[in-house]
Amino acid sequence: MLVLSRKKGESIMIGDHIEVKILAVEGEQVKLGIVAPKTVKVHRSEVFAAIQEQNKEALEVSEDIVKQFKLKK
Amino acid sequence: MNIETKFLGEVTIEESEIITFENGLPGFSEQTKYVLLGLDADLPIALLQSTEERDLGFVVVYPFAFKKDYAFDLSEEDKSELKLAEEADVAVYTILTLKENFAESTMNLLAPIILNTKEKLGKQIVLNDNAQYPLRHQIGVVAEGSVK
Repeated sequence: MLVLSRKKGESIMIGDHIEVKILAVEGEQVKLGIVAPKTVKVHRSEVFAAIQEQNKEALEVSEDIVKQFKLKK
Repeated sequence: MNIETKFLGEVTIEESEIITFENGLPGFSEQTKYVLLGLDADLPIALLQSTEERDLGFVVVYPFAFKKDYAFDLSEEDKSELKLAEEADVAVYTILTLKENFAESTMNLLAPIILNTKEKLGKQIVLNDNAQYPLRHQIGVVAEGSVK
């Protein structure tokens, strides 16, 4: 892992088009500003795990609930 | 061919109806073949059923029926993965987490399922972090276009 030290207001470039800027440091929290092309997806890494969990939860539906539907035959 | 489904028993499907999710769905990367089966005569919901595993069946919903202003841009990456050329070939569903009381059920607006209906390709995409479209959006009222 590459480790760089940055101060508030400074930034790093990832490739030619992605800029990550340190906007604020407040105690344990760091506020980042990210400038990236639309084609690059940016999300917190917990998001993907949360979606996996939600998919699993969605599968745990009881048959009784589904029986309420007017099933197409 | 016949497949076993989670809620509809054994169902006969056509090979041509099978939708391929190349990377599976988040949490279920092993299964890549699904079909979409109607689940209710009145509600805009369907069963996204794995053709490979009976218990892997997601109740999905046409999100615009419950959230009229739901809108997002597809990334170029997603478009090319899904081989999408025309808007007319896109279908959008969201996974429903059903609750006893249907109105309390939530749909996952953060990670919609995008289908290319022509090429029979699908992907559950992740929208950019966005407070407006959460992981659990309660669907609330049932009727289309109703005021919340």
